[in-house]
Parts: sequence; structure tokens; C-alpha cells
Amino acid sequence: MADVPFLSVKNLTKHFAPTAFSRGPVVRALEDISFDVRRGEVVGLVGESGSGKTTIGRSVLRLIEPTSGQITYDGTDITRLGAAQLRRQRRKMQYIFQDPFASLSPRMTIGQILTEGLDIQAIGKRSERRAKAAKALTAVELPFDAYDRYAHEFSGGQRQRIGIARALTLEPEFIVADEPVSALDVSIQAQIINLLRDLQLRLGLTMLFISHDLAVVEYICDTVIVLYLGRIMEVAPAAELYARPQHPYTRALLSAIPSLDPLARQGRQVLKGDIPSPANPPSGCVFRTRCPFALEACAAAVPPLRATADGHLKACIRDDIA
Amino acid sequence: MAITAPDPTVDPTALPQTKGPLRRAFDRFFENRAARAGLLIVIPILLAVSTYSLWWPFGPNAIDLRAMNKAPSAIHWLGSDGVGRDVMARLLQGGRISLLVAVCSVAISTVIGFLVGAVASFGGRLVDGTVMRLVDLAMTLPPVIFLLVLASIAGTGIAPTILVISLLSWPVLSRMVRARLLELRERDFVVAARGMGAGLPHLLFRHGLPNCIDILVVYATLQIANAILLEAGLSFLGLGIAPPEASWGNMLNLARSTVVLENYPWQWMFPGAALVLTVLAINFIGDGLRDAFDPRSDLN
Repeated sequence: MADVPFLSVKNLTKHFAPTAFSRGPVVRALEDISFDVRRGEVVGLVGESGSGKTTIGRSVLRLIEPTSGQITYDGTDITRLGAAQLRRQRRKMQYIFQDPFASLSPRMTIGQILTEGLDIQAIGKRSERRAKAAKALTAVELPFDAYDRYAHEFSGGQRQRIGIARALTLEPEFIVADEPVSALDVSIQAQIINLLRDLQLRLGLTMLFISHDLAVVEYICDTVIVLYLGRIMEVAPAAELYARPQHPYTRALLSAIPSLDPLARQGRQVLKGDIPSPANPPSGCVFRTRCPFALEACAAAVPPLRATADGHLKACIRDDIA
Repeated sequence: MAITAPDPTVDPTALPQTKGPLRRAFDRFFENRAARAGLLIVIPILLAVSTYSLWWPFGPNAIDLRAMNKAPSAIHWLGSDGVGRDVMARLLQGGRISLLVAVCSVAISTVIGFLVGAVASFGGRLVDGTVMRLVDLAMTLPPVIFLLVLASIAGTGIAPTILVISLLSWPVLSRMVRARLLELRERDFVVAARGMGAGLPHLLFRHGLPNCIDILVVYATLQIANAILLEAGLSFLGLGIAPPEASWGNMLNLARSTVVLENYPWQWMFPGAALVLTVLAINFIGDGLRDAFDPRSDLN
């Protein structure tokens, strides 16, 4: 039983192709992504802008239709669900957005925002919905008199709490948190992260945590997936990944974390250039154009994701650099 | 079902008590001086137009042969026209017809325009492409000729006039609605609603409609003025409201001759003033409503 994954993503690919009315290249946002998430686990997706983090998160909830691949959620392949089944499935999985100013409707009161999901799913009577919304507000430590207010009356941190409360009203078992703290002040970030951690433990939530902030990911995640240009570079348990990064890209990312130790700065490895265009990715290993350890062989074939000695999965042909 | 008490560790006085959202919208509306003036003009007009037959002694088509082209007096407050009909009575009856035609046709064209725009923006690429090409087609039809053809098919009278005007004026609105909703569709809170399983009706009426209310209100108010003018134009060509039935448009048209313009100004001045005043007041109200519906206007 223990080895049946709760969420299993297999060969997920998403290409954004031009339509019959427009011209342009095919953008390869995701290529052949596979990973598993166990029940109750928090999996982090990290990578720089344009690496496909959000596309994975949205595909998993089928807010974006994948080009190909399979997403199995608790035994059901959600890429094949019909409209009615998908609607029922949506009760179990929710999304927390990055931008607390865009994720709440400016024309709805907090009460309307919080009961919207219950309304859509036709759960409970009016008074029951109100009670559930009140419970969600309490869970995110907001007073009940927020209920009749509009979103613009709240600060960023409070709005993010409301966004979290909205995700909780349907009592989901799985949450995709898409950079839930990157739009907030550092002091507020800590509050929200602690709140999420606390809720995750208390409610036994399974979570896909998307972030580019490696310090936050280390704190909250059990397993970390490192993405680059729509491909998985490395997968490892959080503690392992931070202690012994195997992939050159992971090492570059980790060395970019600001440190107070002046000695640590000397060993910093700074990547040159920008992430290549996903419309025209390099051949072979997509990271080779910026990799300090690249060989000629890196351009020949896409390196497969393979297990290393200490429980990592990495997509790099070199074993001699770890 | 008891409502869970707020967490006692959170100070409930942290957020000062404020009024409910609807109450605040009303307050904002009444704070707007122009909107109040608009109401002050429109309400008496509506009252007079709808109740005049109870308190005004003359009927709109009653002929007083002793009073032809008479200036305003104690008996005929606003004078009388060339065949001895009371201008006040015709003005009020004409207001009834003009406003009825305008309001009904604007209501119909607003509904059509919103639904077409909404279906185009939420229906996917194929639906969008097809529907919007049809809208383009409707917009390329020359309005006057289209109006004439439609009206000659539909005939004269109130219902055909409403139909003709409403079929002419929706394409512009559907474009504006589509543009607004295309942008709205990608906003996070709409994605969130989809993520909670929302279907098309929920997205359209819980998110689309409230976020289009400013467009709809502004369009509707401007279009009421336009509809009154279209109705007048149609009536002039003998295709709208046919005499002897009164409307502000055909009262103006009956007073077109230079003799009337120069010698009997009360026959065109009063319907003209009624038209301008009503349109202006409705525009003020429309502006006030738009500001009142926008919760962010409190911040300015």
C-alpha cells in the first residue's frame, strides 16, 4: 500500500502551438515530466522563471489541458475525466495563487468569495455555507467581521490568508500552492509559510509547493523537484538535495542563496546568460549552454533521469562532479 | 446552525465596523451631485408621463377647433398645434411612447449584446471566430438601409419599432463585452472559480456580468438617447410610430416647416427640451451608477 503514489504524473508534455489564425513557433513549456507524490507529502517545484513550474501546477489540476501524458490522482486518470466527473474531482484539489491582489474578485465580498466553491458544488444550505466560511476564516486567523468586506480593504498578507481560506472551504485533500509568498514582505512570508505548514500538518494535506525561493522550499518541503526549461533536472528528499546537490544546475541555484558568511560567497558559482527560449531549446541536455561542466556528449542526447547512489534522481551524464 | 465564534485570540475590534456593500454603493450614488440632479429630473418626468391621463383634462388626440396654433395659456399650458391638439397632452403621451420604445429596445439589445459577447469570449477559439465574424458582418451593414429594410418588413407601430432598433444596436456592445471578458477570463479569481468546478453560467453571471456592469450601464444610458433619436428618424420616414400617435420624434418632425419654427415655437421647443433634459438626466444617472458599482471608487 505504501508504494502506491497518491498523485502520479507520467510523461506530461505541454506545447503551446500557434493556432490556425496566428503564426509563431511552438513553445515547449513542458517535456516529458514524470514524478510521484505520496499522500501527506509536500513536494516542492523549484526553478527560475519560465522553467514550467506553474504549467505543471495548473496541468495537475487540469486548469490547462496537457498536450500528452497521464496524471493519476488517487487511482483516477484526471486527464480523461468528463465534465461532470471533473467537477466532482475539483472538490478534492485546490489552488493557491501567487498574487493576492489578482486572485480575489474586486466585486465580491469575502463571504461571497469564500462560499463560491460551496455554491458551485451545491454543498449545504446557506447557513451551513456561512458556517464553513467562518470556520475557514478562523483557520487562517482572520476575524469573522471580514465576511462582509471587499478584498481591497485588506493588506497583501490578509488577502493571501483569504486566498488560502478559499482553498480550504471545499475541504480538499490536495493543494497546489503556486508561489504563495513571493508577492509578500519577508516578515509576512514567514507568517504565511508557518500557517501553511501548520494547516498542512493539521489537515493532513498533500501539497505541491511551487517556489523559486530555495530557503522557503527547504523549510516546508519533503521532496524537491528541480526544473529547468520544462524538464526535470534533479529530484531528491529536501535534506539530501540541500546537503549534496548532484546536478550542476541545482548547485548553481543553491549557491545563489544569499549568505551572511563572507567565506561562503567566495565559492559562489554564477551562471552566465539567460534561460534559453522554450520555443527553440538546445539539443540534448537543455542546461548545457550554461553549464560549467558541459561536454560535447551533452549535446548529443537528452540525458535520462536516473537514480544515483544516495537516493537522488538526476538528469546529467556526468558522475564525476558531485 | 450556529456560526463559529471568531478566534478569541484575535481582537475583533482590529477591524472597525463598516456598512454592508449594497448600502455603501447607495451612499456613493447619493453623494454624487450630478446623479442626484439626474434623479430629480427623471423621476418627475416618469411620474408625469405615466399618470398624466388621471389629472390632465385633454387627450393627446382630442381636437379643440377654437384653439389652433394658440400660444401657451391658462387652458393649454403649453399651447396647441396646427389642428388644435393640446401640446402638453401630446408631449406627455409622446414621452410615454418614446421612453417605452427606447427602454424596451435598449433592454433587448443589451441582453443580446452581452450574451453574444460572453459566448464569444468564453466559448473557445472556434466559437469566438465564428461569432465575431458574424458581428463584423452585422456592423458592415449600412445602418440606415438596414433600418429601412427591417422596418418595411416589420411594419409600423410600437412593437416593430422596438424590434428594429434593438436588432440594429447590439454589435458594438458585444465587442466591448467580449474584449472585457477575454481579459477577465485569464484573471486569477476566474481561474480559481474554474478550479472549483464553475460552469459557463456561473462564470458569466457571477464574474462576467458584475465586471461588465460599467460597460452595460454606460452603453444603456447612451443608447437610450440614441434609441429615442432612431425612433424619431424612423417615424419621420413613416416607418416608426405613425401619426396620429404621438412621440417626441414625430412631434419634432411635424414642426419642421419654417412657418412653425418661426411662428409657433412652443410646438417644437417643448418636445425638444423634454428630449434633451431626459437624455441628459439619464446620462447623469448612468455615470453615478457606474461609480457607485465600483468598490474601488471609495479609494479615490
